[in-house]
Formats: sequence, C-alpha cells, structure tokens
Amino acid sequence: MSETKIRVLVAKPGLDGHDRGALVVAKALRDAGMEVIYTGLRQTPQQIVASAIQEDVDVIGLSSLSGAHMHLFPEVVRLMKEQGSDDVLIIGGGVIPDEDIPALKAAGISEVFTPGTPLTAMSDYIHANVKDRG
Amino acid sequence: MSDFKTKLQDWLAKADKAAARFPERRETFTTSSDTLEVKRLYTPEDAQGDYLEKLGFPGEYPYTRGVQPTMYRSRFWTMRQYSGFGSAEETNLRFKYLLENGQTGLSTAFDLPTQIGYDSDDMMAKGEVGKVGVAIASLKDMETLLSGIALDKVSTSMTINAPASVLLAMYIAVAEKQGVASTEVSGTIQNDILKEYVARGTYIYPPEASMRLITDIFGYCAEHVPNWNTISISGYHIREAGSTAVQEVAFTLSNAIAYVEAAVKAGLDVDRFAPRLSFFFNAHNNFLEEIAKFRAARRIWSRIMKERFAAKDPKSWQLRFHTQTGGSTLTAQQPDNNIVRVTMQALSAVLGGTQSLHTNSKDEALALPTEESARIALRTQQIIAYESGVADTVDPLAGSFYIESLTDEIESQALEYIAKIDEMGGAVKAIEQGYMQREIQNAAYQSQMDIESGSAVVVGVNKFRLENEPKPDLQKINPELERIQNESLAELRKTRDNELVQAKLAALRQAAQGTDNLMPFIVDAVKAYATLGEICNVMRDVFGEYQPAQW
Repeated sequence: MSETKIRVLVAKPGLDGHDRGALVVAKALRDAGMEVIYTGLRQTPQQIVASAIQEDVDVIGLSSLSGAHMHLFPEVVRLMKEQGSDDVLIIGGGVIPDEDIPALKAAGISEVFTPGTPLTAMSDYIHANVKDRG
Repeated sequence: MSDFKTKLQDWLAKADKAAARFPERRETFTTSSDTLEVKRLYTPEDAQGDYLEKLGFPGEYPYTRGVQPTMYRSRFWTMRQYSGFGSAEETNLRFKYLLENGQTGLSTAFDLPTQIGYDSDDMMAKGEVGKVGVAIASLKDMETLLSGIALDKVSTSMTINAPASVLLAMYIAVAEKQGVASTEVSGTIQNDILKEYVARGTYIYPPEASMRLITDIFGYCAEHVPNWNTISISGYHIREAGSTAVQEVAFTLSNAIAYVEAAVKAGLDVDRFAPRLSFFFNAHNNFLEEIAKFRAARRIWSRIMKERFAAKDPKSWQLRFHTQTGGSTLTAQQPDNNIVRVTMQALSAVLGGTQSLHTNSKDEALALPTEESARIALRTQQIIAYESGVADTVDPLAGSFYIESLTDEIESQALEYIAKIDEMGGAVKAIEQGYMQREIQNAAYQSQMDIESGSAVVVGVNKFRLENEPKPDLQKINPELERIQNESLAELRKTRDNELVQAKLAALRQAAQGTDNLMPFIVDAVKAYATLGEICNVMRDVFGEYQPAQW
C-alpha cells in the first residue's frame, strides 16, 4: 500500500440499534491509523453502497446483531458488484452463528468477526487483505 | 487516640508489611466503574452518617433498604422472563410454557419492525421480521399473542418505546374482548424514548413529539388504566451500550427528571402519575458494586421526588425497578459459563431489592434462547428464591461497611453527573448535544481496552480458553415467517372495514396536528384494525422523523 491512509466505512445495516461494537471498532481502527467513516444507524444496503462509493473507501465493515445478516450482508456485496466496485474489501461482524459464516463468505464477505475477537485482529486483517486499488 | 484508631493504625502497618512480602495482585483496585477505587479494608469509619437519614427502615424514606417493609418475606420478586420470537402463535406457546413452569409475569420482546413502527411487509422490515422478538402488526396479531391468557390474572411487561401508545392500545382492546375492563389490567410499557436516542436506537419521532406521546399516556392511564406502569425508565440499555454503573444511575435518573418535568409542564399533578413510574436496571458482573448501585439509586430518587418535585405521596418517592442480567457480559465462548454469570448477577439484583427480574439465557450471545436455555434461566431465579435463603430477611447486606461506603460513593458521583446535566439544561439537551452518548462510548472503549490488555479478565475469552469448543444447539427462526406474516397482513387489509380505518386514521391525524390527548384516537384506530405501521405513519407525517447528528 502507498502512504495514503486506508479508508473504512463502518456501517449498521437494517434496523438494529446496538452500535456499541461498531463504535468501538471504529475508534480502534482510527487508533490503528485508518480513516473511518461511520454511517449511523438503520442504513439500507443501497444507502451503504452509495456512501461507500461516494467516500471511495477501501473497506466496508458491516455490523449487525439482529439476525438479519443473511439478508443484509450479501445484498451489500451484490450491490457493490452491480456498481462495478468489486475491489473493496467487505467484512462483517456481530452476533453471527458459526454455521452462517461459510454462506456469508461464499456470498463475498471476506471475513466475519464474532464476539470476543480482539480489536487488533480486525486491524491486522484489514492491513493484510485490503486490496491494492492502484 | 481512641482504641479503635490505634488498632487500625497497627493493622494498616501490619497489612503493609504483608503486602511487601506478598505483593497484592494489582497496584490499585477499582470496581467496574474505574472512578471507584476499592480500598484494602473497610471499617465502621467508612460507613458513617445517621442511620435514619441515610438508610432508614425498609419501606420508609429514603428507601435505601427497599420499598416494602417485608420485601421477599411476603412475596418474591416477579419472575418475568423476557421472551418473544417469530410469530404471535410461537410466542404465545413460549408464554404458556413459561407460565406453566412457574413464571409469574409476562414480558414481551417485539421484533425491530414492530419497535420502529413498521408493518412486517414494509420495505424497511426486510430480513428483520420475527428476528429479535415477535412480529406484531395489528390487533389481530395481538389477539393471537395473548390467546388463552387471562389478562385479569397476569401482568404483562412490553418492551416497546416509540410506538408504546399503539401496543398499549392493542393490549387494552384485547382485554376488552376478553371482558376485562381497562381498569383491571396491569403491566408495564417501557415507553422510555430518551434512552433510545442515547443508547438503543429504536426511536421514530423527534424528542418533542415523543415526549408529548409519553405525557399523553401518563394522562390517559391515570384515568383509564390505573394499574398500568406507564413508563419503565431504563438504565439497562445505557449500561449495555457500555456505561459504568455510576453513569447508569446518573443518566437514568436524569432522564426520569426530564419525564417528570414534562408531565408537570403538561399540567399533571406529580402525585397523580409518579407512583406509576418504574425503573429498569442492568445487573452486571461486579457483584457488590451492583448491590450498592441499586441502593444508591433508590436513595437519590426518593430525595429528588420529595425535595425537588415536592411530591407528597410516599409512593411517589419509591423507586421500584425491574432488573435484567447483563446481556453484554455473556460470552459466545463456553456458553455454559453464562449460567454462572447470570446467577451472580441475579443474586446482586435480589440483594439490591429488585421488584422483578429477568435472567438471561446461556445462549444469548449467539441467538435467541431455546426452550431449554430459557427454562434454566428461570430455574436460576427459582433456586435463588426457594433454596438460597437470601430472601428470608430484608436487605441482608446493609450494614456492610463496604456496601455502605460504595453506596455513598456511587450516590455522590451520580449526583455530580446529574448536576452537570441540569446545568446543560436537562437530559433532552444533554442528549441533543451528544453528551451522554460520548460519555458512554468512552467508557465502552475503555472497558474493551481493559479486556484487550488483560487487566479485565473475561473467563473463556481472554483467559482460560478452550480449543475446539463444542457448538451449542441454537434457536432458529422460521425463514418462511416473513412471507406468512405478509400474507396475513394482505388478508387483513382485504377483509377489514377500510372506510372505518381511513376515518379513524384521519381523526388521529387531526388530533396529532392539535393538542388533544392522542391515546383515545389510537385506541379507536387499533380497534378498527388499522395496522401499527399505518398508525405510526400518520404520526410520522405530522411529527417528522428523528435524524441523529452525524457521528
């Protein structure tokens, strides 16, 4: 990667209002030297994709605790592809049963971080996997 | 120097020597609120002050020792397990299962579309129907939810905030259909919108309109539903969002002050609604701090009501509260350990004098509880109640030098916060400026950092880990539910009297544009089978939607 900071969009898709985790992650990624934009609550996949493109981010981090991840996360990937943006790293986190993770990965979510993951594991993962967008 | 002082000095010197030989585990010890330092030892010197002024007797001002004279010697707390998932039929079965197993009150979890005033077939509801609670879109769903449950025999708590007026109206309508007058029903609606802006995010309207709906409910219930707890002012979610124990007390009571002020400003006499205010707290891990927190909250509130609001009725001075064990303390790792955490937390609530209790299930860091895990959670309460003996005397831990000292400290730090929020112009202003939110976020970040550095231990997560853990069985929500729910809504819209529905919605719109109490109009619309979404959309049109300031 070049000298420019990695830009991350932290997003809360769906109606779930629990953003303690998203906010803690956002702060930790900032502390790890990234530029972080937080969408706020109740974003539709369309709104998230629009923000990601407008902000020209390298990474989208999706957080959901409501159980709606199987509907919402893949929809973000699909819309990003539809927009021709398939070089953005998309990761997810929240209350996500292990058995859902393979399907999410198959749908294009690169990694899923579940409760108890150290914050450094997330920033390390992003550093290692963010796509070189030239 | 008194004999006590000499002996204390001697002991301190001895302990210092011992600590030099066997260093203490940490340089400083704090409770989970890092502003509260824990001393090596507490003695009578740490618990000074007049007994009558600071503690008093149980059932007497300032209620530090409890709100009833005999507490659990007469009657245990209400065992009220929060439950709801999937469809109204499924939740109705879970309710009946819990009642058959000795639960003594109902507590309803609604799904997010219901909580934010969307029908299950709304675009915004996609993927969320029935997920974190039961989907209720109309009176028809509510009839199914409560079918076969005698509403004059059971009290029902509903975790509903922004559309609380609509769900309460549905409850009243179901009771009437059962032949139970609204004066006979009892229960609680959470109805605490301020904490939604601060911590939980299920708001709909801007604060001013929300506050009007709340005072309308206060006014309506004082007349028509006298046994209903019209609000449960909630620190639970503030704590879940990451606050400390001190912040939980301070911000909850600041919000409570705002509700009382709004109601008084709307012309209600304080003693007419204050006895029906109730509170909702979290029970977290630091056992003794939690007990002290409950005692401090009661003492602060009684003084606020008596001194600041000049309430005359002793019932207005009593802080009655429901407790839920701390969801965010549960770990996805080694979920059986959560049963132990919940037991300790529940015990702190009981020793702190709670009026009702929900114990979380071991699997809640992963999914909604299964029937088995919900039963174990209920049994946890029953074991504390029937086997442990802690309920056999009133307030067994009072008089502990540490508990009294910690109660004083929590009180004093919470009062500092309350004074600061008063200076800012009250809770609504403090929330609008993001003050509470920032304080909570900083505390949340700090506690995560403490876990990452290992200075706070979470068993099974950053210490005592297991490799290759077995996977628990988890509750699954029927993936067909959304479709079934949408079909039933389409059927309802076809078969009801749509002209009547439109007339009732128009009347509600007109009332919302004026100043009339909205409750009678909402009750009318609900009885005509207007849906939750239709009713909330009328008010969205009139009041607008809340847009939080960007992060």
